Amino acid sequence: MSHCLFLTSVGLVAFSGVPGLFFNRRSMWGQFISILFFCAGSLAGLAAVLQSFLQGAAEEWALPLSVCGGNVSFRVDPLASIFLAGIFLVSAMGSLFGLEYWRQTRHPESGRKLRFFYGFLTAGMALVVAAHDSLFFLFSWEVMALSAFFLVSTEDEKKETRQAGWVYFVATHFSTLFLFLFFALLRQARGSFELVPFQAGELPAPEADGLFLLALLAFGLKAGLFPLHVWLPAAHANAPSHVSAVLSGVLLKVGVYGLMRACWLFPHPPDWWGSLLIGMGLVSCVLGVAFALGQHDLKRLLAYHSVENIGIIFLGLGLALWGRSQARPELVLLGLSGALLHVWNHGLFKSLLFLAAGSVIHSTHTREIDQMGGLGKKMPRTALLFLVGAAAICGLPPLNGFISEFLIYIGFFKALNLPGLGGNWGLWMGAPALALTGGLAVACFTKVYGVVFLGEPRTAAAANAKEGGKAVLLPLLLLGSLCFWIGLFPQTVAPFLEAASKSWAPPGTAPGPSLSGLAPFGLFSAVGLSLLSLFFIGKNGLDRRFKSRKAPSPVLTWDCGYLRPSPSMQYSASSYAQTLVDFFKWALVPQKNPVRLKETFPKPVSFHSRVPETVLERVFLPVVKGLQWVFQWSRYLQVGYLQAYVAYIFLTLVFFILWR
Amino acid sequence: MILNAVIHVSMVLFLSPLLLGVINKTKAFVAGRVGPPLFQAYCDLAKLFRKGMVLSRTTSWMFLAGPWVGWVSVFAASLVVPLGHHRAPLAFQGDMIFLAYVLALGRFFTASAALDTGSSFEGMGAAREVSFSSFAEPALFFGFMALARLSQTYSLSEMVLGENFKVGPEKIASLILVTIAWFIVLLAENSRIPFDDPNTHLELTMVHEVMVLDHSGPALGLILHGASMKLLLMGALVMDVAFPWDPSGLADWFMFILEMALLAVLIGVVESFMARLRLKFVPNLLVSACLLSAFGFILLVR
Repeated sequence: MSHCLFLTSVGLVAFSGVPGLFFNRRSMWGQFISILFFCAGSLAGLAAVLQSFLQGAAEEWALPLSVCGGNVSFRVDPLASIFLAGIFLVSAMGSLFGLEYWRQTRHPESGRKLRFFYGFLTAGMALVVAAHDSLFFLFSWEVMALSAFFLVSTEDEKKETRQAGWVYFVATHFSTLFLFLFFALLRQARGSFELVPFQAGELPAPEADGLFLLALLAFGLKAGLFPLHVWLPAAHANAPSHVSAVLSGVLLKVGVYGLMRACWLFPHPPDWWGSLLIGMGLVSCVLGVAFALGQHDLKRLLAYHSVENIGIIFLGLGLALWGRSQARPELVLLGLSGALLHVWNHGLFKSLLFLAAGSVIHSTHTREIDQMGGLGKKMPRTALLFLVGAAAICGLPPLNGFISEFLIYIGFFKALNLPGLGGNWGLWMGAPALALTGGLAVACFTKVYGVVFLGEPRTAAAANAKEGGKAVLLPLLLLGSLCFWIGLFPQTVAPFLEAASKSWAPPGTAPGPSLSGLAPFGLFSAVGLSLLSLFFIGKNGLDRRFKSRKAPSPVLTWDCGYLRPSPSMQYSASSYAQTLVDFFKWALVPQKNPVRLKETFPKPVSFHSRVPETVLERVFLPVVKGLQWVFQWSRYLQVGYLQAYVAYIFLTLVFFILWR
Repeated sequence: MILNAVIHVSMVLFLSPLLLGVINKTKAFVAGRVGPPLFQAYCDLAKLFRKGMVLSRTTSWMFLAGPWVGWVSVFAASLVVPLGHHRAPLAFQGDMIFLAYVLALGRFFTASAALDTGSSFEGMGAAREVSFSSFAEPALFFGFMALARLSQTYSLSEMVLGENFKVGPEKIASLILVTIAWFIVLLAENSRIPFDDPNTHLELTMVHEVMVLDHSGPALGLILHGASMKLLLMGALVMDVAFPWDPSGLADWFMFILEMALLAVLIGVVESFMARLRLKFVPNLLVSACLLSAFGFILLVR
């Protein structure tokens, strides 16, 4: 990897929003320059990543600088390169999308701020992934986390947005707090801030377990793993859509990267680590999609699907970790490549979905899916690309989601015939839970696609929706074609995955099997291409058949003889999901207002149902309230004079000096 | 090898509608009626493919893509399912995953085509179809896992090729459990009683039939034929597990036809003697199918 290229790209991306600060708030120049910087920076970054893949080995280098006492040292191995590629690609697409979606002339008050922090978010993520020193890692982590806070609260004039930003802020600081502890303990065990794997027997088991749990908490919070996902839905829903795309498509993955890197530090994990990750992944993927089913808000729904997909990634990672503790190279390869490919795939299809959703919300001015409908006719291209994303996220062949889920499935099936299966319930719940998740995802995305894009428009706003322009469609098209590319030609990405798995394995491991020997990639291309061509042949045939016969033109949908059907009579999103939401009501706790009709001729009544943020409202808020009560006494220290606070600092210093 | 593939594909394409005839004849026999001719389904298909189509003005391209993708996906799925104990034309490691997901592809498009009409009836049907199918998935996968554990292989064709089933009585129990579970899944996925009544005429109570209410002509023909292929391939899965013995060569094909006829009669008998379940109990029955096949798998773990 060319160090210069990498640093240039990070610099370009980081400062892409800065020139705009010096332009008039009504001028478009700032945005043009920012996109130019961003695209150039991302291309340079992708080139650097490709170069690093071609070289294959890990590279370390350092700058003669230090931040907060840490060396500015870098280490980029294929594992990091996988994440870097996603970061540069998805953020560039979002930046391009912003040209029309968050046009400076239409958002003069927030556009400059947004682009400023957008650049720093991307650069921060890239630096986290490349950092080799724990303090530098923490520094970049904070740059990333704080920029994300400012991005989430872009529209801070809205109360809902401020609340979402606040919850995110608290969550991300808890994550940082655990990280501080993690790195401090690591430093104590190791003696240096460098991130290098432990030797066998270097660390006693209880300490290693503690470090692992801390890492799981810190990085799980950032990745949005199930019970720790509470900040995620509101933050994703209230941020501008291209920011949501980056948050969901890449930022969550930085959490995943952190955990992968933390696991990489321990070459001989006990087998309960892997089982724990698999168990948490199971809960995350099933309940994530169950919560998604209950949502009426398009972006909140997509956000819950991120929880599901992070669960799938954790299943793969857990499998790989278990395989490592059992010394099974084929499980490590399948689990880790499945997880890493899903990191890419989720980055592609989720940002595609968020951007398409942004375009839809932009033209209908609402996030409620029950207020949309019939958009497939008004915005045909967006609809088609959304469909690609929806099919991909359900893991349907011949798209990319299928390939990564296939790798994880095969891993779970292979684990069935290993000794030591009986004691490990997570391993044999893996495949059925993933299958249930797949089925529920199909239910959820037929709901979204059907209610938003098919049928008749339910409101005037939906009836007047307009297709987005080129700047909106181009990123969607690129992301959609990449979904097809990975689905149809998985053998082209296999070398990257193998290299990354190899760099994650402890040094000195014997080379395992190759990915192409474990999954029939060539066959997938053949089957996928034939499915696609059959699709076009048949569709043309049916169309021609329809046109060749005279049919009674314009007819209505069959309505049981009812004479005046109206668009509001269509099946709604909440009715569509009702069976499944009721089935999961023990977890979702849906709320309905009871409707009782008493009189013979009842007055009009209204009915609402919603699935609340159950985990936040029922678990976290009561705990926080309790903590608040416990810490009431500390209010006495809060006197409101700056001098008093400075005096506190002085007293603390004195205390530590005496204590030493 | 090639001969077997040709027989496989032609059975899937041409034999499958006969199953519907056998089921209907059985039901008629039990009820003391003459019933429609055995080859009625073929006549229906021939009629439908000759007709024109009526399209609602609400619909878009998805409305015609639904039946077609549905048909293609069932056909693709049928290529990996071994009929009898012959290796399927397409057999690779992990083909059971392909089977489940390619069927999901068809379901996605069929349900979307139903929603494309903007009718609440079809919305209802689509919602029920996708909900019930997602409960059926774990039952299917626990069965696959039991077979993978029994045979130490990861491809459907190898799992049921026979030699691996010569096992002790404690393993027979788990095969029986998986067979029962998969039979329930078959009834649910092919919308038979007790899940759905293919003969009902009240839109509010239907599942699969109401989804395709607005389709006509060749599109409806594709749906009908796809449904019969799906019945055949799910039936083949169940019977492969239920009859793990293995006469070789052409005799096995006759054996397979007999097995399928037996299955069709069994479905007919079930349909004659059972009533439909109330819709809210359907998930419960599917959950019990999941539990049965999970028990089938757990018996093999020690």
